[in-house]
Amino acid sequence: MADKLLRLGAVGEEDAILAFKAIGAVTVPATTEDEVTAALHQLSRQGIPVIFITEQAAQVAAEAISRYDQTMDTAIIPIPGIKGTDGFGAKRVRDNVIKAIGADILNQNN
Amino acid sequence: MAVLRVNPTRMELTQMKRRLVTAKRGHKLLKDKRDELVRRFILIVKENAKLRKQVELELGDALKDFALARAVMEPGAMYQALLYPARTASMTFGKRSILSVPVPVYQMDESSLSKSVLPYGMVETSSQLDGAIETMAKVLPLLIKLAETEKTSTLLADEIQKTRRRVNALEYVMIPQFEETIRYITMKLDENERSALTRLMKVKDMIAERAT
Repeated sequence: MADKLLRLGAVGEEDAILAFKAIGAVTVPATTEDEVTAALHQLSRQGIPVIFITEQAAQVAAEAISRYDQTMDTAIIPIPGIKGTDGFGAKRVRDNVIKAIGADILNQNN
Repeated sequence: MAVLRVNPTRMELTQMKRRLVTAKRGHKLLKDKRDELVRRFILIVKENAKLRKQVELELGDALKDFALARAVMEPGAMYQALLYPARTASMTFGKRSILSVPVPVYQMDESSLSKSVLPYGMVETSSQLDGAIETMAKVLPLLIKLAETEKTSTLLADEIQKTRRRVNALEYVMIPQFEETIRYITMKLDENERSALTRLMKVKDMIAERAT
């Protein structure tokens, strides 16, 4: 598996992922839950290890994303869309901290 | 805590004692593993939070550039221009192990970064688009780094949760259970010994009585 060149994936609203298309990522436009779920599944099956998803698209398909949380082969990373961030990605980081440590220690430090 | 359902025999007692030793040893090892995982997790998650802030800022700028470029171009022209991207963002995918938790390592392919060929002619596109693609390409390594730390922290968080449950199960269920069972067997064996002794004394008394 190592040393093989792999591409990146991007899922989300057409406007936002156009930027990813420009740098050569495999893009799948999707906005509804079914579309996003299908898109993630499709990209993951193609063996794409990193899939960027806009936060708006991630919001509607949080369940589909959590399905890939345990596997090492696919990382689904929420990124802000055209409208800027709505805190979904930051919330995922916080959730991880709470899950691991039991309290949100990041906020106190910042 | 409930006593395990075992026969109160000497053999069971030895076995229980052996299991208790193993459980205590496992508990200590898992506790150490948990502490070390948490230590590494905190380092990674702090980096993750920092990277995410940075990415959100820079990607926002890049996307804004794109929106601007779109505004000055004809709607169809942009899609046409980007239909066949000249660069392919590619990377290699490896594994490394943090305390035997496999986590991914992404390595950006250098050659795909250095190419700065624009995938379109100059006639129908605006200069903003060129700039927007440049900014996007600059954000890309950061995005890859974010992906790596974020996935790592998710996987570590999972492992920490699992390990913590194991530690707690050993500390609060298994070990007290074994200790209680050992106590129960010891008491039962002592009781048996006492009753055997009393019986012997009684028999001796009876024999002595008959002799007189």
